[in-house]
Amino acid sequence: MKSITKQKPFDEIKEQLDRFDRVYITGCGTCATMTRTGGREEVMDMKGRLEELGKLVTGSTVIPTACDEMTEVAISEDKGAIQNANCILVMACVLGVHRVSLYIDKPVIPALDTLFIGVEDSPGDFREVCAQCGQCVLGETAGICPLTACHKGLLNGPCGGTNNGKCEVDREKDCAWTLIYQRLEAQGRLDLMRKYHAPRNSNVTLSPRMIKITSQA
Amino acid sequence: MAPSFREILNSGNFVVTSEIGPPKGTNIEKMLHHIDLLKDKVAALNVTDHQSSVMRFPSLGGCLAIKERGGDPILQMTCRDRNRLALQAELLIAYTRGIRNVLCLTGDAVPVGDHKEAKGVFDLDSVQLLRAIRQMESGKDLGGNDLDGAVEFCAGAIVTPEARPIEPQLIKFEKKVESGAEFFQTQAVYDLDNFAEFMQYARKFPVKILAGIVLLVSARMARYMNENVPGIFVPQYLIDELASAPKGEAVNRGIEIAGQMIATLKKESLCDGVHIMAIGREELVPEIMEVAGLSSSKSQT
Ligand code: SF4
Ligand code: SF4
Repeated sequence: MKSITKQKPFDEIKEQLDRFDRVYITGCGTCATMTRTGGREEVMDMKGRLEELGKLVTGSTVIPTACDEMTEVAISEDKGAIQNANCILVMACVLGVHRVSLYIDKPVIPALDTLFIGVEDSPGDFREVCAQCGQCVLGETAGICPLTACHKGLLNGPCGGTNNGKCEVDREKDCAWTLIYQRLEAQGRLDLMRKYHAPRNSNVTLSPRMIKITSQA
Repeated sequence: MAPSFREILNSGNFVVTSEIGPPKGTNIEKMLHHIDLLKDKVAALNVTDHQSSVMRFPSLGGCLAIKERGGDPILQMTCRDRNRLALQAELLIAYTRGIRNVLCLTGDAVPVGDHKEAKGVFDLDSVQLLRAIRQMESGKDLGGNDLDGAVEFCAGAIVTPEARPIEPQLIKFEKKVESGAEFFQTQAVYDLDNFAEFMQYARKFPVKILAGIVLLVSARMARYMNENVPGIFVPQYLIDELASAPKGEAVNRGIEIAGQMIATLKKESLCDGVHIMAIGREELVPEIMEVAGLSSSKSQT
């Protein structure tokens, strides 16, 4: 699993940092490093750009995995520099932003936009595979998620916009239902495509979603 | 009393429907003019529902106008802009105002339209919407609660006979039939051999099929549709025919092409009728019907 992120437009970052002149930067050694949005190199690049703006960068770090509880330890190792800053710029996904704001009582500014949970097909090519709907149908759709891979999230087959296997929203994008059809056909399981799917429950877990996992079958 | 659209569909006569594109804004004069021109010539008139995801005067509003002026409307409902509460509520209004025909569609994707940042809803899909109608007819809403007064609709859907690959579309077509669709208006057809093949298949189902006829007004439009509209394939010989027309004559060529196609469909009893879409040139529909040799009365023979 990877949290796929994209750096915010620099103007937006600049605006958010407008009233802060001393900044501490944290990156993340896991997902944001793999997406090249918050690894060591990007943190250093950001440092340079902020200094050009006349900001004082009091320090920086790349937390090994910004979303886990070890973040607290990583942060405590650089207490002085953090004390010295009047805000923290986080170059990690929202889970990292969330962690950092739990442990540091200073304004926390995200430098990245978290886009989706996805996989890397080839270097630099990321694709969303799951929208965490809470009622997985992959078993009936040959492992391709119609809620995620179909632009309209359709459950009962393709819309009329499918165009030689491509989707009406983008000539480059495969139509999810053409892919599902091809795979089910190859597996001799086309009967699954004929099955009627009732409307989805959009509130499987009420928003904000929370669950207590207990040991049970 | 005039026969209902369902009665006309089941009469065995060749059925003609057409459609009205509502305006972007409150100036409904042209729409009313088109309604008045067509309401007595066709069995029923669709009103598009923010076609191509372009925000416009709504289908329901257009249908009410058709009703007021003595025509029989087909309410087009897409699943793009309303969740299941809003869809059901709209069906309740429609029924109380005498609207008896609904065409259930998924709806185009939001980003192809003119409000690209809007949220697409798709809480239901076209198949689920058909079932919702049938459930509401039984006196229950989608939550399983009793309705104080049920609805009753002649429900239809669409199918794209020229989609490639076709099999996934046919599976969905069958799902729509199983979910209560009584009639289908097809996406534009131009290749009659392909359409005949589709009809051979579709005849096995207890539904009425109205072939989609989209008026071609120029070679440019035909090429544009081939490039940009999924499921539409205008053959090269028709494009050439339009292109060879003298300046200003292409529209007449288009009317001729559409009219001849309808005449052939009728003569060879290929399908149960046609749905004529003139996309902004609704005033030309009577001419197309004339070329096709269709009498200008509701119940065609
Ligand atoms: S159906 Fe799709 S969105 Fe839902 S859990 Fe499965 S993969 Fe995720
Ligand atoms: S073209 Fe395919 S992927 Fe795109 S919205 Fe339609 S069914 Fe979904």
